[in-house]
Amino acid sequence: MTVDFCGIELEHPIVNASGTFDAIAARRAFGEELTERFPFAAYVTKTVTIAPRQGNPPPRLWELGAGLINSIGLPNKGLHGFLAQDLPELAALPVPLIVNVMGFSRHELAELVGAFARRDEVAALELNVSCPNVETGLVMGADPWEVAQLLERVRPLTDKPLIVKLTPNASDVPGVARAAQDAGASALSLINTLRGMALDPETGKPWLGARTGGVSGPAVKAVALAQVHAVAQEVEIPIVGMGGVQRGHDALDLLRSGARIVAVGTESFRDPAAGLRIAAELSELLAKSRFAETLSGD
Amino acid sequence: MSDRVLAPFGRRAARVIAREQHGAYVVLRCADPVGPRPRAGQFYMLATATRWGGGEAERPFLPRAFSVLRAPVGTRELHFLIEDVGPGTKRLAEARPDDALMIVGPLGNGFSAPDPGRAPLLVGGGVGIAPLAIWQDEIGCTPQPLLGFRDRERAQGATLLRDPNVATDDGSVGHHGFVTDLLRAELHEAGHTVYACGPPPMLEAVRMLCAEYETPAQLALESGMACGFGACFGCVVATRDGYIRLCTDGPVLAADRLEAVAAH
Repeated sequence: MTVDFCGIELEHPIVNASGTFDAIAARRAFGEELTERFPFAAYVTKTVTIAPRQGNPPPRLWELGAGLINSIGLPNKGLHGFLAQDLPELAALPVPLIVNVMGFSRHELAELVGAFARRDEVAALELNVSCPNVETGLVMGADPWEVAQLLERVRPLTDKPLIVKLTPNASDVPGVARAAQDAGASALSLINTLRGMALDPETGKPWLGARTGGVSGPAVKAVALAQVHAVAQEVEIPIVGMGGVQRGHDALDLLRSGARIVAVGTESFRDPAAGLRIAAELSELLAKSRFAETLSGD
Repeated sequence: MSDRVLAPFGRRAARVIAREQHGAYVVLRCADPVGPRPRAGQFYMLATATRWGGGEAERPFLPRAFSVLRAPVGTRELHFLIEDVGPGTKRLAEARPDDALMIVGPLGNGFSAPDPGRAPLLVGGGVGIAPLAIWQDEIGCTPQPLLGFRDRERAQGATLLRDPNVATDDGSVGHHGFVTDLLRAELHEAGHTVYACGPPPMLEAVRMLCAEYETPAQLALESGMACGFGACFGCVVATRDGYIRLCTDGPVLAADRLEAVAAH
């Protein structure tokens, strides 16, 4: 079931969504069994920013009937901490490494892309463009012009595949996707979480420390299918489809909507080995389906 | 000895072999033939194999974290203490013998032994007495464990530990007042290490008392968790060194790492 993704050969089409699986922490909990039975065909890191971040004040989670709202706030060690402490351990994982980066300006993102361009351990970069550009006030991934300006700045800095992670909180997602492709993006990943809010039943005030958060889980699968489908009509570059994948069948739905590979996020919280299970279920479904014939071709 | 035992990777089914009612609490005894014996203070993520969801507001969706109550040597059994306080605990409390739970664990770090010459003093509140039972099994306990409960129905949980000294908020059993009243009396005598688990206001009171009496304390904290193995970053608590993930850097923390035990 190997898949070619931007020239990277993957053993199967299931990867993790950024920020939903910390391989270093998981290894502390599960030991070497994690690397022996690694659940994903590529590993996508949590977002790396230039400066270290503590993340948002708790509470950070709110459970829904079919998912959750999180307001984690991108805690990370910053670029230098990541390079010194995390990268060596992540490079030892048995699968290709994709580093997710976010900047608060095009300049910051250029610095991050430049820093990873030289690292052979890194197979590809994913650009988190779901935050406001402090220079223009516009969310980079919500505006076709912003995303084009960003790609024009960072595309010349590396030969590595650049995956643009699109936000669903935008009025014209296919337009942003087209602009990213035209400016040199190698692939697109979608959907990121949908903005949501929960109220504390006792006080009536926002429950989450950051007031709002991102909705994920099966609640968003229908949105993911619609957005992946719409974007696939607009671009030729490969798509990493994600949103509410719990079973092989959900992954197959995303592939049929136009995704090349599929990311698992929230389901890993419920089942740490969900990636393995979903890949096996998908393989079985594909074996029964003529759709498999079209999967590996470009 | 390490303070953590590694978990098998992934979730596995554990069959409920007995369900015991202890007043307001339910003890589920589960067979875990493949998992290792946990350290006292470690926890598991639990869900029922069927009908997980469809309760209040269609929840639960995520598994729930429980410190292990007891893991009798040689039995391959795990015991958990459940109080029905929401859709997840409600569903777990409904589990019956032969039902399957889906479990991940043991996770996090456990209690560590007191420094030589110090006597372990166990202080529990409500359903938080759970990790103290297995800890008492392991270290044996010279002083009486101090256990606080809201009322008579909950105080029936005290029988899960040996030789408890009980306080109740309503005075229906034992001392009329908080368990921290009992703790203050004990701390007049020096030479203890306190091990505490319970609701946040109780843990904060324990933390302040132990600081006042310059007594080392290990607190088993609770925080809403989605995953239990460091993936979601949802369960952070504020320490003097910034936020830490309670699931991977806890749930047992030295009290002096905290400025305060947060209400959530």
